[in-house]
Amino acid sequence: MTQTLTRPKTVVPPPPAPPRRRKHRDPSRYFRLHLPLVLYLLFTLIPFYWMLVFALRPAGETSLVPWPITFEHFDTVWNGVGFGLFFQNSLIIGVGTLVVVTVFALMGGYALARFKFRGQRVFLLALLCTQFIPGAMMLIPLFVIFKSAGLLNSLTGLIIADTAFQLPLALILMSGFVRNVPVELEEAAMVDGCTRLRAFFAVTLPQLKPALVAVGSFAFIGAWNNFLFALMFASKQDKFTLPVGLSYALGEFNTDFGALAAGGVVAAVPVVLVFAVVQKFLVQGLSAGAVKG
Amino acid sequence: MRTRTWAPYALIAPTLLLMAVFLVYPIASVGWFSLRQHTVTQPWKNGFIGFENFRRMLFEDELFWQSLAFSAKWVAVEVGLQLVLGLVLALIVNETFVGRAMARALVFSPWAVSGVLTTGIWILLYNPSTGIFQQLAQWGIGDPGTSVLGDPATVFPATVVTELWRGVPFFAILLLADLQTIPNDLYEAASVDGAGRWRRFVSVTLPHLRDAIVLSTLLRAVWEFNNVDLIYTLTGGGPANQTTTLPLYVARKAVDSHDFGYGSALTMAGFVILLFFSILYLRVSKFGSRA
Repeated sequence: MTQTLTRPKTVVPPPPAPPRRRKHRDPSRYFRLHLPLVLYLLFTLIPFYWMLVFALRPAGETSLVPWPITFEHFDTVWNGVGFGLFFQNSLIIGVGTLVVVTVFALMGGYALARFKFRGQRVFLLALLCTQFIPGAMMLIPLFVIFKSAGLLNSLTGLIIADTAFQLPLALILMSGFVRNVPVELEEAAMVDGCTRLRAFFAVTLPQLKPALVAVGSFAFIGAWNNFLFALMFASKQDKFTLPVGLSYALGEFNTDFGALAAGGVVAAVPVVLVFAVVQKFLVQGLSAGAVKG
Repeated sequence: MRTRTWAPYALIAPTLLLMAVFLVYPIASVGWFSLRQHTVTQPWKNGFIGFENFRRMLFEDELFWQSLAFSAKWVAVEVGLQLVLGLVLALIVNETFVGRAMARALVFSPWAVSGVLTTGIWILLYNPSTGIFQQLAQWGIGDPGTSVLGDPATVFPATVVTELWRGVPFFAILLLADLQTIPNDLYEAASVDGAGRWRRFVSVTLPHLRDAIVLSTLLRAVWEFNNVDLIYTLTGGGPANQTTTLPLYVARKAVDSHDFGYGSALTMAGFVILLFFSILYLRVSKFGSRA
């Protein structure tokens, strides 16, 4: 996502379909392409597979092919340990953050892309600088604020904290996407008698669907994965999120790897699915020059 | 559309409000706390103590200096390796081959996994009784019962590899996005001039990627410096504080001992380092030079 912060580069239109120079007989391709790719795939996938095997095979088994599979570990963590509730908490925080971040980012991104206003550069600079602020080092002052505002042990509080930390980058991303929608479309609609608001909803917003998906997904993934805020601000077990639940599981299940693995699968599936859907956008959006500081 | 209306201010108002309350004010309050004795568990001792926290930090706290040194080592090793591997990976998945979309989705996927979950996954992989080294030992490779996280000699490389698993995709995604903006003509022109594969990489690809490489490296350095989740859960900073970074030290002061005064002094030290990085970043990205 750093791309957001690089200076604008001349936007090159997506290259035409690469010339299909088929090089079936180039044996060096195996060494410089296929071999490293397979090695890297193994590095990426073996850890995932290891978790899946532990989650699906009965306790005490050591076979690397989990067959017959069992769901006892999932039953243990979901119902016994409370991962069902943690999942629900994480989902509320993830979706809540997604909605708030996307709406505010859309508003602010539109303002940055379509208006020139006093203080714009200072605002942009402030947005950039937030990227250097570490969440871990803000734990102490935020805890004090949350305590006095009565936001400890509340999912709303976590949504607010996640939103505050994710909004700046989301806003920068969104302003790049808005800039990519030709302003002429909007102006034409306004000439035809639309108000600016109506022109936005009728003309610009439909073009921003991929942007909304991308920005929303990042916000969801970020909130779903946030650990330290949830650990520090929600210490009651009924407000635990999945990462917090997992971190306790790491200590307590030192002997029960099946349960740990099942908990991991529960935490992994939603984000990995969301990511699988949006990763294509991510690369395309960035390379289309959609994002400029 | 140059306007002098209130509209843009209304649109950025929610963002400004959130930033003011949850980013700007907290930073200011860290400065105030750093001059106080402030422990949540012993409120009767709280009060203003001047620069006592800083004196203690700079002259008496060996763990502070040790954590700074480890932070530097962690950032240098982690970011260096992520950059090299990420670049190689981006070059590979930029080629045309069957199943490319699938391969991309798979190799990028750890990017979406949280630090805690990464720890969970790798603890399963590293555990001495049923982990991968035990499995390899059964096949005759290495010794059984190897505990890479418990052994001071291997805990650092083991932690580095774990973070690489999650961190390489970041560079790969960014650099791939930039690779795709290189016009094909440049390569064709270079080929016509007789440039080989290596030569094309050095004279076309690298110069084009330069900005992206420099800026993503700087930003990543900051993020790796700030990274707490993974180390906190994987090693807890151990064994014997060997893997304690400065932010982890701060987090432990906050979460475990609730010593807010001294933790804030440590945070101020972190801010000084981050300020240096952000100035460097803004200079390199030439933020000030655009009209």
